[in-house]
Amino acid sequence: MERVVRHFQEELGQLQSRLLAMGGLAEARVRDAVDALVARDVSRVDRVLAGDEPINDLHIEVDDRCFKLLALHQPMAADLRTIVAAVKINTDLERVGDLAVNIAEAARRCLMHPPVAPVVDIPRMGLIAQRMLRDALDAFVRRDVALAEAVLAADDELDALKSRLFRELLAGMLADAQSIEPALDLVLVSRHLERVGDHATNIAEDAIFLVSARDVRHLPAPPAAQ
Amino acid sequence: MSTPSQPVPVPAPPLPPGLSSVVRSSGAGVETAPVKIDVRGLNFYYGEKRALDGISLAIHANRVTAFIGPSGCGKSTFLRTLNRMNDIVPGARVEGTVRIDGQDAYGPGVDVVSLRRRVGMVFQKSNPFPKSVFENVAYGLRINGLATSKAEVAARVEESLRAAAIWDEVKDRLHDSALALSGGQQQRLCIARALAIRPDILLMDEPASALDPIATQRIEELVYDLKKDYTIVIVTHNMQQAARVSDHTAFFWLGRLVEYGRTDTVFTAPAEKLTEDYVTGRCG
Repeated sequence: MERVVRHFQEELGQLQSRLLAMGGLAEARVRDAVDALVARDVSRVDRVLAGDEPINDLHIEVDDRCFKLLALHQPMAADLRTIVAAVKINTDLERVGDLAVNIAEAARRCLMHPPVAPVVDIPRMGLIAQRMLRDALDAFVRRDVALAEAVLAADDELDALKSRLFRELLAGMLADAQSIEPALDLVLVSRHLERVGDHATNIAEDAIFLVSARDVRHLPAPPAAQ
Repeated sequence: MSTPSQPVPVPAPPLPPGLSSVVRSSGAGVETAPVKIDVRGLNFYYGEKRALDGISLAIHANRVTAFIGPSGCGKSTFLRTLNRMNDIVPGARVEGTVRIDGQDAYGPGVDVVSLRRRVGMVFQKSNPFPKSVFENVAYGLRINGLATSKAEVAARVEESLRAAAIWDEVKDRLHDSALALSGGQQQRLCIARALAIRPDILLMDEPASALDPIATQRIEELVYDLKKDYTIVIVTHNMQQAARVSDHTAFFWLGRLVEYGRTDTVFTAPAEKLTEDYVTGRCG
């Protein structure tokens, strides 16, 4: 019995390592896509566009691991919650990888035009989204509810930046019709980054569920800290 | 030292913190079924050894309640206190109260035979009498005077064999020896035998532990079907089985009741660390 449990725990540990690896890749791809856009580096954009395969491979591998752990070990309680959370986090991370591609696609189109007014909020949003993703996965692996709750709070910051950016870009588009096409792509980029934050939020919610068996999805947001 | 038929009168004590005499209301919905068996402050001794320590819980009518825990944790002993099967164990002693439909099972003047008629039992190892299939079921009817005419006995035998989901397999061999049946069939025959005398409550002590997966599945389906008409308490070593068949689960450890709650909660988000460790295989 003990040997079987140890074997199972090793497998669970490996599952979490693979999720962390996948999270690292997803985060790096978001960073690369945003950096390439900001630096107007087309070759770097193209590398992001071409590099989705490792995440897709991990997506399949993690699902397979979860499926086998469920079938062979019939886990209960926290072990069951870990694996169910891993299945969901896996989907979130794969979507983040896809969003990095979406950002790169928008960047590719945007870079065909002269730069619109300097947009500082895009890299800022990129940094917040990456940090949320990193913290959410850390919260999952370290069973850290406070960190997961901090991720949920950070999502508001990202949403606020997206709204502000949209207003700025809209003003620019009204003033200069030539900027409409690249500015619309920047709006899309901000939308994709906001979606990255949403996936990080999902992961943080899964981390809270894993630790406390509390489902915090779709609850009204707690009052803002004073 | 008192005997089980002369229990030490102990008033119902307050419940220990963290334990509820009724099923926790966590999870989806509150248990509304009436309480069938109400146990308060139950201690059980084999001679000097205390095998059960302050057990309080309420078993609800028309529900399947599973007792889980490692070997020697007291779950079978506890099951046997519910129909006083422990009375026959030398040196056994019970403290506390067991109320079935509000009546004290250990009260003065309780007819133990009548109690066991209401609280039937199925054992780990199927134990058919070395008689025909028919006689195995008819025997209890006759000695209890529950059926007089031949036709009445035959009708009750068929009814019981149907309820135990074995009628189709034995209807053409009712007068063959019960010992010629497979292990799974013998166990369902024993369930039919228990059902024949129309108990309210069915206690099952690891009823499928000696059976193959198919026979086990049939027993589990039967348990599910029977709860419409009976209150079922099942002791099992197999946690997946407890998870599959029961509505409520009680986890025992070293003679104490650690946690009692809705089965879906106990197996997905137990309240107690010890339960968590047991259901995830880290202890026991």
